[in-house]
Amino acid sequence: MIADGVEDEEKWLAAGIAGLQQNAFYMHRALDSNNLRDALKYSAQMLSELRTSRLSPHKYYELYMRAFDELRKLEVFFKEEARRGCSIVDLYELVQHAGNILPRLYLLCTVGSVYIKSKEAPAKDVLKDLVEMCRGIQHPVRGLFLRSYLAQVSRDKLPDIGSEYEGDADTVVDAVEFVLQNFTEMNKLWVRMQHQGPAREKEKREKERSELRDLVGKNLHVLSQIEGIDLDMYKDTVLPRVLEQVVNCKDEIAQYYLMDCIIQVFPDEYHLQTLDVLLGAFPQLQPAVDIKTVLSRLMERLSNYAASSADVLPEFLQVEAFAKLNNAIGKVIEAQPDMPILGVITLYSSLLTFTLHVHPDRLDYADQVLGACVNKLSSKGKLEDNKATKQIVALLSAPLDKYNDIVTALKLSNYPRVLEYLDSETNKVMATVIIQSIMKNKTRVSTADRVEALFELIKGLIKDLDGGAHDEVDEDDFKEEQNSVARLIQLLHNDDPEEMFKIICTVRKHILGGGPKRLPFTVPPLVFSSLKLVRQLQGQEENPFGEEDSTTPKKIFQLLNQIVETLCNIPAPELALQLYLQCAEAANDCDLEPVAYEFFTQAYILYEEEISDSRAQITAIHLIIGTLQRMHVFGVENRDTLTHKATGYSAKLLKKPDQCRAVYACSHLFWVDDQDNVKDGERVLLCLKRALRIANAAQQMSNAARGSAGSVTLFVEILNKYLYFFEKGNPQINVAAIQSLLELVTTEMQSDSSTPDPAADAFFASTLRYIEFQKQKGGAVGEKYEPIKA
Amino acid sequence: MNFLIGAFKPACNISITFSDGKSRKQVPMKKENGKTVMVPLFQSKESIAGKVSIEPLQGKKIEHIGVKVELLGQIEMYFDRGNFYDFTSLVRELDVPGDIYERKTYPFEFSTVEMPYETYNGANLRLRYVLKVTVSRNYGGSIVEYGDFMVRNYSSPPPINNSIKMEVGIEDCLHIEFEYNKSKYHMKDVIIGKIYFLLVRIKIKNMDLEIRRRESTGSGANTHVETETLAKFELMDGAPVRGESIPIRLFLSPYELTPTYRNINNKFSVKYYLNLVLVDEEDRRYFKQQEITIYRQRDS
Repeated sequence: MIADGVEDEEKWLAAGIAGLQQNAFYMHRALDSNNLRDALKYSAQMLSELRTSRLSPHKYYELYMRAFDELRKLEVFFKEEARRGCSIVDLYELVQHAGNILPRLYLLCTVGSVYIKSKEAPAKDVLKDLVEMCRGIQHPVRGLFLRSYLAQVSRDKLPDIGSEYEGDADTVVDAVEFVLQNFTEMNKLWVRMQHQGPAREKEKREKERSELRDLVGKNLHVLSQIEGIDLDMYKDTVLPRVLEQVVNCKDEIAQYYLMDCIIQVFPDEYHLQTLDVLLGAFPQLQPAVDIKTVLSRLMERLSNYAASSADVLPEFLQVEAFAKLNNAIGKVIEAQPDMPILGVITLYSSLLTFTLHVHPDRLDYADQVLGACVNKLSSKGKLEDNKATKQIVALLSAPLDKYNDIVTALKLSNYPRVLEYLDSETNKVMATVIIQSIMKNKTRVSTADRVEALFELIKGLIKDLDGGAHDEVDEDDFKEEQNSVARLIQLLHNDDPEEMFKIICTVRKHILGGGPKRLPFTVPPLVFSSLKLVRQLQGQEENPFGEEDSTTPKKIFQLLNQIVETLCNIPAPELALQLYLQCAEAANDCDLEPVAYEFFTQAYILYEEEISDSRAQITAIHLIIGTLQRMHVFGVENRDTLTHKATGYSAKLLKKPDQCRAVYACSHLFWVDDQDNVKDGERVLLCLKRALRIANAAQQMSNAARGSAGSVTLFVEILNKYLYFFEKGNPQINVAAIQSLLELVTTEMQSDSSTPDPAADAFFASTLRYIEFQKQKGGAVGEKYEPIKA
Repeated sequence: MNFLIGAFKPACNISITFSDGKSRKQVPMKKENGKTVMVPLFQSKESIAGKVSIEPLQGKKIEHIGVKVELLGQIEMYFDRGNFYDFTSLVRELDVPGDIYERKTYPFEFSTVEMPYETYNGANLRLRYVLKVTVSRNYGGSIVEYGDFMVRNYSSPPPINNSIKMEVGIEDCLHIEFEYNKSKYHMKDVIIGKIYFLLVRIKIKNMDLEIRRRESTGSGANTHVETETLAKFELMDGAPVRGESIPIRLFLSPYELTPTYRNINNKFSVKYYLNLVLVDEEDRRYFKQQEITIYRQRDS
């Protein structure tokens, strides 16, 4: 039966339309021949089609619209009839002879409209009569449409201020009274729909009702269009009357829709001036009404209003908008104990947005809102609801967006407390939001206290929050997160070294708990940040006032030592080694020999104990050599020890070519161009010779193992080193040595056993070209090169 | 066939004209054959004057034993066909016995005639006034002609006219209070009122106000009652809830009402009732009937 419902409905609608059209046809004929009696008869019959109970509101509307069009024609006829001398009063009586009430009232409204236009009677009397007579239709759908028709035809005939229907007897009060009454009756009918019919069709009914809601809401729209309603009248009459109806109807659909309607149709400034009254209604609404949405929209509107012009802000202050809203939200939450936490958060979120817009200078308001939110959350524990957490993120992001400045947000004492109610996932999201805000706005977080607070906020990224229960975290996401933390650490800065040092300590304190996965990301930026501070201090007189506890590079290095050490424990030896070397270099620049030596020691220990991968060893040894080469702080002894060690490591690499390269690199340790005390030509030569030996050995091994001598690249590389030192004036490197090396390479290249290697050939060729070029240069260099025969 | 027509044709034409026939108001009257004719309208204590003219057919003479005109007020009961009760009977002798050769005109006048009852055409009876002209003859039978006219009597508004107000109901089911602004209405009046729903526990579909006419004839065991619903006027569509009030505004002018007649000549009464009917979704009817008095008010 239900399945047939739709089909049947179509049939009924078709039948209704057919009946309507047929009678409309006869009506037109009567209109054309000026036959009033027939016109009335057929129009009443036509309107009888609207008496049906079989159509859903949607279909009924279709029928209604057709009737509506026909009634427009009838109205024109009535107007002409009145002009031809037919008494409009008589006409008004005549249509009331119709026996059926629905056609009678449609006709009455139609004539009534002409009656008002004729001004033979005061508009208010006619309107009052019409709205009163319409009570005869108690059927919700038919009543709603009839009254909607009444609203439609009377719209332009209200005795509004400035309207032609305004007069001594007719004032805007009458217009308001009329619309309010029609509104009240319509709402009653609309609400009644809910309670008629079987319970199992509740859902269908609710759908139908929502289709009809705009008919009711239109009245409020009409009210909002009445010019004569000034603030006083709105405050004293309109709003209280409308709210009274809204509250008393005790229907959730109506309450939700109408509250929203009120908020949307009336001007912001009226809302602002009547906040007490408007907000007073909210706690009285039914518990199931979605107050949060409505209230949020109100706050949104007011926020936008505040944003529209600075001139209106004093109004907000004058009416204490914030206090009122805050109070109202509290009451609503109290009145609706079953409101889901999502609702609560949404409300506070809107309020926060509101206060941020309206009172950007009142941080205490914002904090108050967050505090109230915390209070509510505290009774619920961690949030499970997905939407609610999203809403919290929105709530917490609002101050960041507004102030573009985390520093301001850090002043909100309740801010971190709200965070506590988020799950770790959301905490991370929030932390990311915060970091992004800082980066976007290049906010300077420049005191240790704030850094402390900030890290408290983003601790979701800094450490594992929920007791080490590792969720499946996407590797890329994790990297992304940690990289952003690293960037954040780099951004923290204060020109005052004392404060900066404190910041570093604070950051260290926080990141140390981060665990093996995070430290490799977070330690380096901290180390570099510290080194930056060292560099800054390095230029200054050390400890000018001799204060005991002032920040000195030494102190920082001590700290750095500890910081880097944590990496060793993870273990991340390569990274730690690199950082030690960086520190050593910085210590070198500060002329702190023992410190530098200590860092090198640490690096060596790591090299010896932790770095076992040969590839890693190669990288490490070259780093060590490079760094060591630049050190000038060491005394002969220390330097010897370190270089000795480095050379030793080099010779112990696994692969011969690697050994060779490391060893010839070591040669630089004995010859530093800008350091006169490090120019030990002999040892340079020793290194190079050793490198040659190893290269030879490599050749032989290759020969033995593969039957071919392998590339001559190593020899060419060594040749280049020879040339370098030759040019730099190392007395131990002479033309003969170079000459013999050149020959060696040439021979090797021509030997049968050598493997052809175009890269090596090219390298050699360009080396020869270089020699030629230097010769051509002439002068001292040219002379020097002259003897070499390529 | 001509001679046959001639044979049944009356020997003369009799016509009755009223002296103020041109200016007097004419009203429609339904004849027995269903045709409507316009007849002059009188009221009680008016003088009825005019002329009777008798015109013999061409070349004939009428021999008579007297000409008279009667004014009769009759009540005719349909179930008692043929029985007329004349409650008024006035006679004017117009001519002494003699012959009429050519058209002859007689003036007549009944002055200030008491006509207490109104012309009425009901379901089971009619009350009519008629002028009857009789040309009496010794042979060939008397020649009779009738002239109809109507009587309507006007009343002035009643000095006391209370509203009708009543609370009715079915226990725990339906409780309403209704109010009609008056108990006596003139025939072009408007009934204004209100219905308050004090308790509604049934699903009402609609509510009508009916105007019913109750015509009773005869007396005692021979009483015939005929009830006729003259108006069925829908007052409400749909189911009201407690606290609703529904307005009533019913114009009486479109309906063919007569004044209320009480015990006319001990023969009949015509009474009017307002019947408030509520129909529920199962088409059960709940009603309450109240008598109202209808009177005729002079048109202003």
